Amino acid sequence: MSKSKIGIVIEREYLERVKKKSFIFTTLLMPVLMLVLMLLPALLIAFVDKSETRVLVVDNSRTILPYLSDSQEVKFVPATPDVTVDSALRNSDIGAVLVIPDNIIDAKRSSIRLYTNGPSSITSEGTITSQINSIVEKERLKRYDIADLDRIMEDIKSDVSISTVRYDSDNEEEESLSTGVSYAIGIAMTFVLYMFLLIYGQMVMTSIIEEKGNRVLEVVVTSVKPAQLMMGKIIGVALVAVTQMVLWGALLAVMSAYLLPAVMPDAAMADVAAVQAGNLNAVSDTESIEFITAIASLTQVGNILSLVGLMTIFLILGFLIYSSIFAAVGSAVDNIQDASQLTSFAVFPIVFGLIFAMVAAADPMGPIAFWASIFPLTSPMVMVARIPFGIPAWEIWLSLALLVLGFIGMVWLAGKIYRVGIFMYGKKPSLKEIIRWISYK
Amino acid sequence: MDILQVENVSKAYASHLALDDVSLSVPTGQVYGLLGPNGAGKTTLIRIINHITAPDSGQVLFDGHRITQADVANIGYLPEERGLYKKMKVGEQAIFFARLKGLSKTDATRQLREWFDKFDITSWWDKKVEELSKGMAQKIQFIVTVLHRPRLLIFDEPFSGFDPINANLLKEEILKLRDEGSTIIFSTHNMASVEEICDNITLINKSRNILSGNVEELRRRFFADRYDLTFTGDSRMLMERLQNMAGEFSILDPDGQGRPRISLHINETGPEARRALLAAANDTVDLYGFSESIASMNDIFIRAVSEDANR
Repeated sequence: MSKSKIGIVIEREYLERVKKKSFIFTTLLMPVLMLVLMLLPALLIAFVDKSETRVLVVDNSRTILPYLSDSQEVKFVPATPDVTVDSALRNSDIGAVLVIPDNIIDAKRSSIRLYTNGPSSITSEGTITSQINSIVEKERLKRYDIADLDRIMEDIKSDVSISTVRYDSDNEEEESLSTGVSYAIGIAMTFVLYMFLLIYGQMVMTSIIEEKGNRVLEVVVTSVKPAQLMMGKIIGVALVAVTQMVLWGALLAVMSAYLLPAVMPDAAMADVAAVQAGNLNAVSDTESIEFITAIASLTQVGNILSLVGLMTIFLILGFLIYSSIFAAVGSAVDNIQDASQLTSFAVFPIVFGLIFAMVAAADPMGPIAFWASIFPLTSPMVMVARIPFGIPAWEIWLSLALLVLGFIGMVWLAGKIYRVGIFMYGKKPSLKEIIRWISYK
Repeated sequence: MDILQVENVSKAYASHLALDDVSLSVPTGQVYGLLGPNGAGKTTLIRIINHITAPDSGQVLFDGHRITQADVANIGYLPEERGLYKKMKVGEQAIFFARLKGLSKTDATRQLREWFDKFDITSWWDKKVEELSKGMAQKIQFIVTVLHRPRLLIFDEPFSGFDPINANLLKEEILKLRDEGSTIIFSTHNMASVEEICDNITLINKSRNILSGNVEELRRRFFADRYDLTFTGDSRMLMERLQNMAGEFSILDPDGQGRPRISLHINETGPEARRALLAAANDTVDLYGFSESIASMNDIFIRAVSEDANR
């Protein structure tokens, strides 16, 4: 009977939150927002300022000018001998005047000047410097009179990408994600987890404070044992978090599987398919390999779902531990202001978890990463940051087992505090008093 | 048969003793008053009866056996500070509480509809609690408390926040529940309502049970050998005249016609003493009434608590 009562409490807590408009709104909108944020830089570049800058080049030695090639942003115009910087800039057609010193090939370091009317863009400056640098390098190479220089240069050109393969003795080869992608996914998942722990943990706390404040608790505890009520609330809120996670995961998976190919250029998608097929040579030279690999792993729906699955398990367990701390704090105080000091017992470990997770993502097999991913309070976040790197299964199991034990211990402790705390009104209790509550009959 | 027995219950919190060896017995089918000043320990006792907190020593028997979590389904508790989920709809909320008390969803819905009809509040079903006034919310809370037809009902200040009409409606419902066989524990500071509806009371002061008993008996016993006189004339002369045969004079409020009233304690019991007193009074003033004093619960409360303080 008491079990079904927990069920009733869970049902209420869950439905109350899931039916809220704000929940539906954020759940549906967040992935869209994230995708927009990801695509925004590309979209901005595509739409903003396509106009080119005409650059007048003053190059009396004629060493550089013939080799300069126009780009999307910059168009080079040779200067007539009589032109001065002053007169050229008065001409509205000309955006900038580039003055190249005569000794540019011989001098070890030389500076060229770019006179502009207004601010110049970093991209156009970048284009100009890199072009001039490579022209100067080529000119200097030419002085050594090497035969077939062009062919040699073409031949030695390199574009290497590492594709990491984890070798398990009992398994056949299993391709794991590249370090860069693992790092990105690990950090992203840790942040999501961090956010979930804080947001949903605090949600448990504030809702307990509210129930205590309007005395609903007094009525509810006549039917349900306080510990059951606390668990019901924690589980109910956890289910809300899981619902949101799963919906976000599914939405992101669908969007990256169907939407991303639609927005990406066809050529790039062909390369992606090539990487997924394990055929790096088929990739055309135009895109960076690292980029294509990243897209390739993003569009693998199964990959995302399994990561989200593991992450969800750690999220749930981490959430259960932290929300029991938050629940104990919420039961002990009368209002949010009083809670702020006590919440540091939950917030500090979460923040430490985030910091250790950063360390772990940079050095996934190091001692800090290992121990922090085993210790129950930091393990949810640190483990989530490590998982994409492909760590031994026993570490995951050990971490999970300790997390479960930590959770049971924490719930027991929190239940003891909660049971007494919900009937204590008035003065904010000291930590010493709260600890004494644990021993009450 | 007593539905509820509290035996030598003590409960201490860190800084104070909330209940000190309290015993009481609630007879089945009665309205039992649980009285006491603020902070006396009533709420702690109610929580122990509700199995929310455990006593440090002593025990609570329900139907003759030690109370368990299962018995709580037979108890309905209306706390003084009413609590409902503000954002939840009235109907949903009532169903939630009913299910917690063990009713099925369909039973709960059907019975709730009946109650809502009876109180003429069907239009509230889909309203959120925060849209209701305090009195309206109290009604909902009352329905939620009694819906599962508990055998023992505990009402803590049930009439506070109600207008006289609704308070009366509620009083009638409470008495009806008693007539249908429920036992009611009634905690209040409103002594007039105790006189009206309670059969027995217990007065708790400073964590201890200082007075228990039948209301009528207590009221008489408390003012044994005390009489009220209503008259016209000089009250000071009357008191001087009666000095030898009575004491503890106190001047009461005048009666409806503005006639003075005094209360006194007769020195000797028996009909002769009473007759002598009456004759002497009749000589001095124009007597309109002579009656046995019946203490109001208010008197009893104040006297018992102040005597306990001087102890």
